[in-house]
Amino acid sequence: MSTVLQDPQTTETPNYLNAEYGWKSWLFTTDHKRIAVLYLISISVMFALGGVFAGLIRMELLTPQGDLVNSDTYNKIFTMHGVVMIFFFLIPSIPATFGNFLVPMMIGAKDLAFPRINLLSWYIYILGALFALAAIVLGGVDTGWTFYTPFSTTYSNTFVITAAVGVFISGFSSILTGLNFIVTVHKMRAPGMTWGRLPLFVWANYATALIQVLGTPVVAITLALVGLERAFHIGIFDPAIGGDPILFQHMFWFYSHPAVYIMILPGMGVISELVTCFSRKGIFGYSFIAGSSLGIAIIGFLVWGHHMFVTGMSMYAGLYFSLLTMLVAVPSAIKVFNWTATMFRGSISYETPMLYAFGFIGLFTIGGLTGLFLGTLGVDVHVTDTYFVVAHFHYVMVGGMVVAYMGALHFWWPKITGRMYPEGWGKFSALLVFVGFNVTFFPQFILGYLGQPRRYHAYAPEFQVLNVMSTAGASILGVAFLIPLIYLLWSLRYGKPAGNNPWGAKGLEWTTQSPPTTFNFDVTPVVTEEAYAYAKHEETHVG
Amino acid sequence: MADTHVVDAEHAHSPHLRHHFDDMHQQFDSDTFGMWVFLLTEIMFFGGMFGAYTVYRSMYPEAFAATSNFMNPAFGAANTAVLIVSSLTMALAVRASHLGQQKLLQWMLVFTMIFGLAFLVIKGFEYHEHWVDMKVPLFPGHWSWTGPEAPPQFAHEAQILFCFYFFMTGFHALHMLVGLGIMTTLLVMARKGTFTPAYYAPVEVSGLYWHFVDIVWIFLFPLLYLIGHTKKLI
Amino acid sequence: MQLPLWPEVASAVAADVDHLYIYLTLVSVVMSVLIFTVIFVFAIKYRRRGDEVPEPIHGSLRLEITWSVIPFLVMLTFFWWGAKIFFLNATPPPDSMDVYSVGKQWMWKIQYPGGQREINELHVPIGRPVKITLASEDVIHSFFIPALRIKHDVVPGHYDTMWFTADKPGRYHLFCAEYCGTEHSGMVGWVTVMTPSDYENWLSGGGSGGTMAQQGERLFEQMGCSTCHLLDRQGRGPIMRGVYGSRVQLADGKTVLADDAYIRESILNPNAKIVAGYKPNVMPSFQGQISEEGILQLIVYIKSLAITNAPGAPTAALIQQTGGKQ
Repeated sequence: MSTVLQDPQTTETPNYLNAEYGWKSWLFTTDHKRIAVLYLISISVMFALGGVFAGLIRMELLTPQGDLVNSDTYNKIFTMHGVVMIFFFLIPSIPATFGNFLVPMMIGAKDLAFPRINLLSWYIYILGALFALAAIVLGGVDTGWTFYTPFSTTYSNTFVITAAVGVFISGFSSILTGLNFIVTVHKMRAPGMTWGRLPLFVWANYATALIQVLGTPVVAITLALVGLERAFHIGIFDPAIGGDPILFQHMFWFYSHPAVYIMILPGMGVISELVTCFSRKGIFGYSFIAGSSLGIAIIGFLVWGHHMFVTGMSMYAGLYFSLLTMLVAVPSAIKVFNWTATMFRGSISYETPMLYAFGFIGLFTIGGLTGLFLGTLGVDVHVTDTYFVVAHFHYVMVGGMVVAYMGALHFWWPKITGRMYPEGWGKFSALLVFVGFNVTFFPQFILGYLGQPRRYHAYAPEFQVLNVMSTAGASILGVAFLIPLIYLLWSLRYGKPAGNNPWGAKGLEWTTQSPPTTFNFDVTPVVTEEAYAYAKHEETHVG
Repeated sequence: MADTHVVDAEHAHSPHLRHHFDDMHQQFDSDTFGMWVFLLTEIMFFGGMFGAYTVYRSMYPEAFAATSNFMNPAFGAANTAVLIVSSLTMALAVRASHLGQQKLLQWMLVFTMIFGLAFLVIKGFEYHEHWVDMKVPLFPGHWSWTGPEAPPQFAHEAQILFCFYFFMTGFHALHMLVGLGIMTTLLVMARKGTFTPAYYAPVEVSGLYWHFVDIVWIFLFPLLYLIGHTKKLI
Repeated sequence: MQLPLWPEVASAVAADVDHLYIYLTLVSVVMSVLIFTVIFVFAIKYRRRGDEVPEPIHGSLRLEITWSVIPFLVMLTFFWWGAKIFFLNATPPPDSMDVYSVGKQWMWKIQYPGGQREINELHVPIGRPVKITLASEDVIHSFFIPALRIKHDVVPGHYDTMWFTADKPGRYHLFCAEYCGTEHSGMVGWVTVMTPSDYENWLSGGGSGGTMAQQGERLFEQMGCSTCHLLDRQGRGPIMRGVYGSRVQLADGKTVLADDAYIRESILNPNAKIVAGYKPNVMPSFQGQISEEGILQLIVYIKSLAITNAPGAPTAALIQQTGGKQ
């Protein structure tokens, strides 16, 4: 990185990237922006690793027989795909990168409340990732990312404890990030930055932080118990001595369902920023979007049983969880309607970030609606544990979250690096992602209803055509993610200098230079206008 | 970050001010709020264990009552008393730091550590007693469920309870150990005169942590030692 | 080129699930098309033409309430219809035919009351409710028949049950749907639904070992149960005849229903529930000595020991119910 920045063609004004040089200045930094960049690099590596596993899965599934790898290897591949993608990419993704970079700037602060804890959280993440990588390199884990007992505690012959330790450790990274954000948003807003003027991206990360702080400890203790049971051969979840494997599932999903909201809420926050900027118009229904983030966080803790409808729970428990699952869909719907209404009578342009925003709204709508299918008891009995579920969660996680991440990456790339990416390639990749994604995952809804179970190494021959279609889509998707990697790296050296505010966006982060200085603001801003005050008569002097 | 701020009458501030904060007040506010949020995560962590314990307890009430008879409430009560007194000394330490009473602060920290250590020592005796009595299911060869106090139909459930006993008290003891480490650090800083009425946040937040660990024990003691202890067995 | 897009429909419940699914799909399509069209229209109609800065529209409480309440009401219809099906699936009719399926890594072992045994194959007649009692020998499995739109997890340590009434003869997939290790995707089989006459013919092939009740009776002798548990009078252990389905008084004052789960527990962990008038630590545990299939055979045998006039002779109804052929 340092050679790029010494290029005489780049701006030489002091900024957080060139303030100091050398590996020590990066590995011992407390600057939230540098830590965000450290996270950006690390999770990109983990995303690539998870993507390799995905590629192997789709290649194996080209044919009905299990002929590319043997069964045990396949089981390890899909397990590691899930573990890496969920715990080491999706959970940290937006909060640890864009949240870290932007939340302090968006509220007019010099840094997060606890910068050293921020750095610690990155080190903890790396330590957790090393354990996960160790599990892979030593021979893999084959329990599925869900670690269901008693298979994980008694029957699996793979490196379960190593992987569980990796996830356990990474959980503390998530907790510390959440803790930092909560205190920062409460205590460090600039004068005039009231709760009602916060950018919705901050609200989204705040709601996410609440879930991180409350939910993650539960999965920590759950995995600790699994590890202890496996190490000491005692039976907490072992039915042979009175333990209950379903208790494991309750404890596991108590975190893992809110976890999916950790993954999606920040993405929704990004979309609010993109839609307002590229419609050049204030958000429609600010308080409803902010409130819906909190609503999703709270109700999200009450629906975990919808992962367990066929485990034999009582009918009444089933009723309760199904009803609440319907309820939790409402705040998400509210967001989609409000974003659409924001575009009404806006002034809409189609830069790459906005294309990703359009993609998010479309794909998340489909993904979210299919969640209702799964929350409907009678249908869930048929489609649970099939490719229908796989399609559903990839629609929301990839079609939603990863697409939002790509949108964020392109939107704030100029701010983070001081460079513009090539817009033509950006648009092309966005469209390719959309096409590749749908070709990959839409057939899986059909496969799921037909009855193809998930985690199947070999499948019934009549399912082949749809599987081949899915794999074809996956190859397109793989290329679509590779292209931005190339042009974004290219832009670091050859991209046009961005200037303070290439998008003409509102938000305190755009009032600073690109890249920002180490302390963000020379003078603490005083905020006098509402969020997204695009209309001329709304603008007041900030500073 | 180079510390080249100009210290003059207008910009004088505590050397402990971390510069991303506007002033000491904001820093203190953030530090204490941060500790409260952290304690919230700890509640969820222990809560998960308490939750699982409650589930098993409601599934096997008589079995758990039987196993309570193998707990030593004398040890438990001693530990409870020790911890409550240590919370008192900790609170006094925090107050001393508010008022700049350096000697009192140091002595109160020392007493807190002594009581904390006493807790761990009593726990050690207790674990040893279980080891000798063959009530440690974690290690083969140190678990047996026989004798007049041990109804055989509860053998499996008893094993689960003792696992929970060791996990819950074990994680608690781990937190105590970390607490002792924190106290040591505070003592070293106190002896250097770091804490003044203008800067005592580390003592304050450590006090919060210590009280929390105490409160967890207040819940553990009746749940594991007292409930069902004097109940007659079948 | 095979390209099925819809699974076969082999029961009325499956058809009902399909109707609900189609309803869900229609509503979703309408909803999505609506939103996508509106966005598409806005994106074009309100595209940026110059430096214009649009007027902000802060919100509308009326709209927010409308588009919260109406979708929620629609979701309630999903919920209600889905709950209806779920309730139906949860209660097998009293005249259901029993079948027993033991899942183990990586096969399904099916037993019929008549003594027939199959691996990964299930034969049932049309038009009769079939109740499957599911047990696992090791990890969690899941018994999934897509054509019937039903599945149920098979959790070790207790019995799970599911039921269905098939109405279309054919051969349908059976899949394990809960990841269970190496050959999870090999734990598959076939459900053959037959006309009543074909089914009778198949049944008369018969199990070479006798009916499940007879096999259970043999086990009862072999394992020594008969030394303490006498048929018609008290021995060292409680009487067997008539116990199945009755309410049993326990030593601690509680009463329990003597169902499948009770009998299984009594065999594997006898000290868990002691019958009034008896002492603990007399009956040994048979954990590890009898397979899950063996326990099911014993249960069917004990179930067949109904109270009748002629000692030792089960009633005709019970013979039919337990599938015996005596």
